[in-house]
Amino acid sequence: MGAKNVKVVVLKDGQIVSRGIALSGIDQKASAQQVFNEALQKAGASLSDIKYITATGTGRDLAPNANSNISMMGADALGGTHLFPTARTVIDVGAEEGRAVRCDEKGKMIDFVINERCAAGAGTFIEAMARALEVKVEEMGPLSLKAEKAVPMNAQCTIFAESEVVSLIHAKTPRADISRAIHDAIADRIASMTRRLGVQRDVVLVGGVAKNVGFIDALKRILGVDILVPPDPEFVGALGAALVPIRGIGGT
Amino acid sequence: MAETKYKTKPLDCWNDAKQLRAKYYEDFVKAHEKGGIRWAGGAWAFSAVPEGLGDDVYSLTGEPYGATVAYNRAFAEECHEAIEAKGYARDLCAYMRNYWGSIVLDKYVWGGEWPKPDFLWTTHICCSHAKWYQVASELEGGVPFFCVDVSVGPYDRMNERRINYMVSQMTDGIKWMEKVTGRKYDDEKLIRAVYNECRATSLWAEICALNKAVPAPLDEKTMYSLYVLNTLMKHKKECADFYEKLRDEVKDRVKNKIAAVGNEKFRVMTDTQPPWAFLELWRYLEKYGVVSIGSLYTFGLMGIFEVKKDGTWGPRTTPQEMGIEIETREQALRVLAEWTLSRPEWQHFYSPDFKSDMMKRIVKEWKVDGVMLHYNRGCEGLSLGIAENKLALKKAGIPVMHFEGNMGDEREFDLERTKVEVDAFLEILGAK
Repeated sequence: MGAKNVKVVVLKDGQIVSRGIALSGIDQKASAQQVFNEALQKAGASLSDIKYITATGTGRDLAPNANSNISMMGADALGGTHLFPTARTVIDVGAEEGRAVRCDEKGKMIDFVINERCAAGAGTFIEAMARALEVKVEEMGPLSLKAEKAVPMNAQCTIFAESEVVSLIHAKTPRADISRAIHDAIADRIASMTRRLGVQRDVVLVGGVAKNVGFIDALKRILGVDILVPPDPEFVGALGAALVPIRGIGGT
Repeated sequence: MAETKYKTKPLDCWNDAKQLRAKYYEDFVKAHEKGGIRWAGGAWAFSAVPEGLGDDVYSLTGEPYGATVAYNRAFAEECHEAIEAKGYARDLCAYMRNYWGSIVLDKYVWGGEWPKPDFLWTTHICCSHAKWYQVASELEGGVPFFCVDVSVGPYDRMNERRINYMVSQMTDGIKWMEKVTGRKYDDEKLIRAVYNECRATSLWAEICALNKAVPAPLDEKTMYSLYVLNTLMKHKKECADFYEKLRDEVKDRVKNKIAAVGNEKFRVMTDTQPPWAFLELWRYLEKYGVVSIGSLYTFGLMGIFEVKKDGTWGPRTTPQEMGIEIETREQALRVLAEWTLSRPEWQHFYSPDFKSDMMKRIVKEWKVDGVMLHYNRGCEGLSLGIAENKLALKKAGIPVMHFEGNMGDEREFDLERTKVEVDAFLEILGAK
């Protein structure tokens, strides 16, 4: 039950059999019900076939039919270690929040840190900057990889960063260089947050922003470690929640 | 949801605490009707000193007043808006803004007009306190103001010269009080007040030490309503008498295993003042069998401790228990200065290491499973160095989380958001 999107993962014998995603919208509960029904349909199942439902995310209390819930950090740890058993640090950058989790070999969360109350460490930051650059958000990552120069961006706040981007545009800085500066800025923030936990390998990146190649590149450079990114990283939290009854960790 | 394992019951002396507190605030308002004197200052002030002016001297301490305002969200917002409209910044001490706002609005949190004090008597314990009352004096049209500087270093480096510095300021303060009130000072009343203060603050430490028991006889949310009496009137006989009664009741609860939280399974401690308008967070923990046994703040702000023979923390032996007879003003002030400077929640103004060591001690002796730090934007003094404390606790292998908020300004606290972080921490502890 994410801030921007609701995601559903249906498991059978520990394997994903169906997934669904929809915008959370104004009525997150209705969106969740709809995407849940669609996921069931895709799986060829009905509600009575589902043994257990765990919800996670900002709106987890609104999830229909949930038997239990788990924190987003706990779900990230379970989902991340399921996909990469060697994962000990899971970084999740979503639309509204960035967080990092340290976990043990069983997938149990040991410690966590959240980028609090600031859009500068979340996907929203890239969306806002894409608007300022007049570039589609999905083009921001590939564009940043074409940068020829590292341009420093000093502002740590989305609002001030936007004016800095405007200044760079006026200074005729190439868009690719600005795009890289934007990704470096957000990666810098996420890296500094993660270092507070102690970066322990392997490091896995999940959440919607993990689909952005520019951000992955920036985070690798700044953290100085290789980063594992699963396919469909935005579903890892939902996968972790679905694993609760199987792994026997979390969920109340 | 954790199962209930222990019997529990409300405190028998709960109403006594409520009545004492209500009387305190009422007495201050009615002081002039009885021909008495009102003074205001910080809860850290040497409140025993003005007692020498007579038995009809009433105080209003600023921090508990600010916390009371904070609990009343609508009034707190009114106070913040009023003082911010005068140009005072939003990031100043939240208690101070609640207090100043009340002056500007001419409203007392308990109803009626702001009860203007006759003089201000405080200590400069943090970067806000002296300025707090300097501005209050100006806002109130020039109420006489005296501030004692207490920056003499941590207790483990105490020496005669440092004590002399405190005593000489308080001696000057007494002459100043005589001048501004026109009253003659009575040393006997000062001596009595010093004895009371030592007794009350040692008793509170003893009560806190009893919370080492499993199950904990007290939970921190309840302790907030109990420790507050020392922040209001630690120098009063009725305050010390109340703590004696409470100590006996808590001893009885320990003996009979009467728990504050019947489903106690995990024990946490917090840090700094809580977000007063959101104490429901402490009850939320209890749903999962988690009891907050207190904090360095709850214990050490108004409890005076010492290391006992077995190496553990317990109540400091009072001068009267040691057979020390106070006979002169100078001696009373020396005892008061030395006693006050040993306050645990004072040492970390000099280094976060002092606080980290005390926190680790509490974790060990009070059998704490995890620590929840409040990064309190409303209090620079007590939040300074808190990130260092977090690192030290982590290094010691103690599970620790922090949440951001403000003790007195609800605009800077997000309950739902905090619950998300608390939930994750409870999962780490295994409580959820």
